[in-house]
Amino acid sequence: MSSGTDHSAYYVPENGWYPVWVALAIFLMLGGGAVWLNDLKAGDEPNITLTLIGLVLLAVVLFAWFAKVIEENQQGLYSPQLNRSFVWGMGWFIFSEVMFFAAFFGALFYARHFVLSWLGGEGDKAITGEYLWPEFEAVWPVVSNPDPSVFTNPGESMASPGVASWGGYLPFWNTVILLTSSVTVHFAHTAIKDQQRTKLLSWLGLTVLLGIAFLILQVEEYIHAYQELGLTLSSGIYGSTFFLLTGFHGFHVTLGTFMLMVMLFRAFKNHFKPEDCFGFESASWYWHFVDVVWLCLFFFVYVF
Amino acid sequence: MSEVIDASHDHHDHHGPAAGLARWLFTTNHKDIGTLYLWFAFLMLLIGGTMALIIRAELFQPGLQFVAPEFFNQMTTNHGLIMVFGAIMPAFVGLANWLVPMMVGAPDMALPRMNNLSFWILPFAFGMLISTLFMEAGGPNFGWTFYAPLSTTYAPETVTFFIFGVHMMGASSIMGSINIIATILNMRAPGMTLMKMPLFVWTWLITAYLLLAVMPVLAGAVTMMLFDIHFGTSFFNAAGGGDPVMFQHIFWFFGHPEVYIMILPAFGIVSAIIPTFARKPLFGYDSMVYATASIAFLSFIVWAHHMFTVGMPLAGQLFFMYSTMLIAIPTGVKVFNWVATMWQGSMTFETPMLFAIAFVVLFTIGGFSGLMLAITPVDYQYHDTYFVVAHFHYVLVPGALFSIIAAVYYWLPKWCGRMYDEKLGKLHFWLSFIGVNVTFFPQHFSGLAGMPRRIPDYALQFADFNMISSCGAFIFGFSQLLLMYIVIKAIRSGQPATDRVWEGAHGLEWTLPSPAPYHSFTEPPKITDADAHS
Repeated sequence: MSSGTDHSAYYVPENGWYPVWVALAIFLMLGGGAVWLNDLKAGDEPNITLTLIGLVLLAVVLFAWFAKVIEENQQGLYSPQLNRSFVWGMGWFIFSEVMFFAAFFGALFYARHFVLSWLGGEGDKAITGEYLWPEFEAVWPVVSNPDPSVFTNPGESMASPGVASWGGYLPFWNTVILLTSSVTVHFAHTAIKDQQRTKLLSWLGLTVLLGIAFLILQVEEYIHAYQELGLTLSSGIYGSTFFLLTGFHGFHVTLGTFMLMVMLFRAFKNHFKPEDCFGFESASWYWHFVDVVWLCLFFFVYVF
Repeated sequence: MSEVIDASHDHHDHHGPAAGLARWLFTTNHKDIGTLYLWFAFLMLLIGGTMALIIRAELFQPGLQFVAPEFFNQMTTNHGLIMVFGAIMPAFVGLANWLVPMMVGAPDMALPRMNNLSFWILPFAFGMLISTLFMEAGGPNFGWTFYAPLSTTYAPETVTFFIFGVHMMGASSIMGSINIIATILNMRAPGMTLMKMPLFVWTWLITAYLLLAVMPVLAGAVTMMLFDIHFGTSFFNAAGGGDPVMFQHIFWFFGHPEVYIMILPAFGIVSAIIPTFARKPLFGYDSMVYATASIAFLSFIVWAHHMFTVGMPLAGQLFFMYSTMLIAIPTGVKVFNWVATMWQGSMTFETPMLFAIAFVVLFTIGGFSGLMLAITPVDYQYHDTYFVVAHFHYVLVPGALFSIIAAVYYWLPKWCGRMYDEKLGKLHFWLSFIGVNVTFFPQHFSGLAGMPRRIPDYALQFADFNMISSCGAFIFGFSQLLLMYIVIKAIRSGQPATDRVWEGAHGLEWTLPSPAPYHSFTEPPKITDADAHS
């Protein structure tokens, strides 16, 4: 329409260059990634340049995009209705992430309860196991694969040693760290609501530190697994599920920590007001989400 | 800064779009993005259709005539992937973009920039997928269902591009769904309560939830494939304690809701068109909403009916058989509602109505063959035969695709302000209708007689049915060029359309001028009962 002055206060941004560049960056990153992976597999000289270009481009454009959104919000262009759109958006994005992890948890349960018993000689498909690998014993964690000549057996699993000795069990301490960080990020949120800047900065800073501590311990655990236990991605279904679940979780913690660091930076710049702090809230929701995923991991991957 | 919207307005005309290519690359307008989606889907329809014609040309006679079996496999695989992810789904998203904001009385989609991103990922994703056909190793050749170990241990190396392409399509769908949910739940005009929304909006709301729930699972499945191929994991390899059958479970947990993702919006379209041309309100609006929700729920607990022959406990077979049959109930509710809407109506048969009625009849045939397939013991006979091909093409071509074509004829005058040529439209309908039945109906018979799917050559006794089928395919395929001609002709030189366009049309979109202004509702419209759902 010719006037276009009053859009019922719902801000429809003007044309923007960000999205199409994000699409291009993703294309370069993944297309380059595929070339790189195929070269690695074929034993050719791998070249990762394209992936890195895509990654840098993605970072630059996303930075500009988010900066623009923050700027528009500070100019007062966003109505409460528009902020609700962000709330819906972030909420359902987290739901889709839950479903992503659900696929891996589903694989874990299926492998443990169905595949394992069939390979071990029970149930409908037992004949496969009997015929192919009669010596295989169905014990979880699988430290002795059906065909160890194809998938090298891990020396040891990561399974929990029993509650009494959790004091020296690294995943237990990681659980403590993440649970604590969920509490500290909540205190930071309360500090925004109470307009207490120093409290906000210290609680949020502490949360970021806890996130980093978690990641360091996780790296430590991986080094331990690879170098001392001989547990790797290619040591059969136990290693596969273990590393994929904890690895994708670790990747999400990395993202979450990064988001919280951005929020810390924005807190320094006094971006948050008690009634307008959705950027912070969405990062903190994300943080609670990775925390819940970890709890499921701790119980289903490590303990049971 | 409220003038930012104006800033882009005054360049060329008072409608507001920016000039040239920049308009399409950088747009945040739901109509522009809807148009992009629709043309992209049509391009994919032509590419996927060409692949189908290569398949049908090869199957015209027994023996190998035109293509090598390896290439034939690439054609079946890419035809399926492109039609599902490139043609049908983007076309529905394009319709949602055009229509949902107009139907709920919103100025635009809730998250306009992300809307642009959702679209522009797609050309890159399909560029990546299609480029594999020109690579030395050849494109994906393991069927659109990409079962492991065909897609892992024995896959061509281009599978890596396929995997990342699927990741990109998934990201696009997830962002698109989030946007549609936020628009419907947050952007409705005052008074547009949930139970006043047009059914197209309802069906898309439910579809968006299905997408959000299953696209991440698909992403998880291809991620496990990626790790099995490149990082030595053994998810789908029994030698390491994994299981190829696990792949099928995860795939179909995505795959079955996916087929409803491709049909629920079609239900919404047909529920808009039939009342208009029957000049009666939709029969049983509430039951339509509940039936849609029931179908969506059931879609999550029926997946293993795709895998009866792979072997599963008796309890599993019974559960999946009965739960699948349950779907016939809400679906039957819908079909009877459409028929009851037409009952004693003052019916006229313009092109959109013809396609909508054909949808009701032919989709029902596809639904019934689905029921046959649901019966576990006989599925052992039908599995992986042309009967299955006939079944899902009946629900996808005269089902999903016919509804999309009907929607294009129905809303095109609102989009471009000009009428299409009714005579040519009817010609297009009859060519499509005859073509589609000649193509797919004989496949029921060849399938029941035992012809397996996904093979380039076949036994002599199937020759007649295949020849008929191939003739129909070429009629149907080339008829779609007529659709392109009709649409372009309407846009360039059609008769000006009135605002209401169709005498019996109800709904907010018909209260806007034709063509609809660049920004739909500058202020929230008042919802009257006449403009509530049709």
